[in-house]
Amino acid sequence: MAELHVELVAADRKVWSGAATIVVARTASGDTGIMPGHTPVLSVLESGPVTIRTTDGGTVLAAVHGGFISFADNKLSILAEVAELADEIDIARAQRALENAQSELDAHAERRAEVRLVAARGLKAHA
Amino acid sequence: MGAQLRVYKRRIRSVTATKKITKAMEMISASRIVKAQRAVAASTPYADELTRAVTAVATRSNAKHPLTTENPQATKAAVLLITADRGLAGGYSTNAIKQAVALAAKLRDEGKDVVTYIVGRKGVSYYNFRNLQVAGSWTGFSDKPTYGDAKTVAGDLIEAFTAETGGVDEIHLVSTKFESMLTQTAVDARLLPLKLDEVELSDESKAKNEIFPLYDFEPSAEGVLDALLPRYVESRIYNALLQSAASEHAARRRAMKSATDNAGELIKSLTRLANSARQAEITQEISEIVGGANALADASRGSE
Repeated sequence: MAELHVELVAADRKVWSGAATIVVARTASGDTGIMPGHTPVLSVLESGPVTIRTTDGGTVLAAVHGGFISFADNKLSILAEVAELADEIDIARAQRALENAQSELDAHAERRAEVRLVAARGLKAHA
Repeated sequence: MGAQLRVYKRRIRSVTATKKITKAMEMISASRIVKAQRAVAASTPYADELTRAVTAVATRSNAKHPLTTENPQATKAAVLLITADRGLAGGYSTNAIKQAVALAAKLRDEGKDVVTYIVGRKGVSYYNFRNLQVAGSWTGFSDKPTYGDAKTVAGDLIEAFTAETGGVDEIHLVSTKFESMLTQTAVDARLLPLKLDEVELSDESKAKNEIFPLYDFEPSAEGVLDALLPRYVESRIYNALLQSAASEHAARRRAMKSATDNAGELIKSLTRLANSARQAEITQEISEIVGGANALADASRGSE
């Protein structure tokens, strides 16, 4: 089966890398799925969950805040200012952050907390 | 114990205590250098990918962007100076400050007004003590900078650069490059406007030599550039902060190592002095006893 190489990189560390069959990410114009052999693309990411289906049938979920993806030569780089894998996310803490953001009317923080929760819960649903 | 001997003993005790402190600081810095170097290494994949993407956009489209446009009549320049928060790091902060002062003088010769932005308490106190103007300063993270810190600094600088009125026309960055455990050099480089044909990857090869595929830009080349360039500036500042932090630790380790060595030397020579003072005391006591005995013997012989 065709596969593409994925690198998920945050500003201060490499978060995940490996082979995948499809990657779905939220870009400025909506959710984009990238499969092997996609045309070279460079697009800006919104805050949102990134889903990576690995070649061994597993799923890697990550919450990504700001950044962009570039795909060329069957290599996909996801660059994010902040990226967290779903299993690193503390649901209780994200929930608290969401409540704080809602009470302070901070739309950005609220969105970030929501994305984190979506990613973390998504992983539970798969497991 | 004689007075002189007591003084020597006291000084030896105090120098020994100082030596213990400097030794501890040396070992702490040594372990932090490794951590700081690891942080630099961990940030390179991001910086490299970003550089590659920025170059790809720049070569594949003619998009103009405020952050890359040069103002031919530049009248105002900003200097971002990165120093340490704490002292006891040898010449680390001083060298960076000297570099910044020299750069500012050069820019003034070119007829530009210079405003200064400072990271680190040492630089701030240097400028405040001399009553020099500081446009903005950030302190408290010089030995362990995070990406968030770099973002804050970059945000303010980009704002100053893109301001409609009273903004700066160019931004220079003075930081300390970590070349090895023994060599760290203060360097200056122009941060903005960006010269896209000069962006370099971490292995010093020019990114330009690569042939880039024909990317589809989403939403558009301009839109991508809009999102990328501030990130690129942030990443440049982040890298400079990390390198400077590693340099700070290396400079502090070296300074503390020589302080420890000097303390050792001092203890050695003080011990010698204390020993000879003790010897002199003993000799004096013996000669006093002998002299006293002789005097007694003479006196008793006279009475016979």
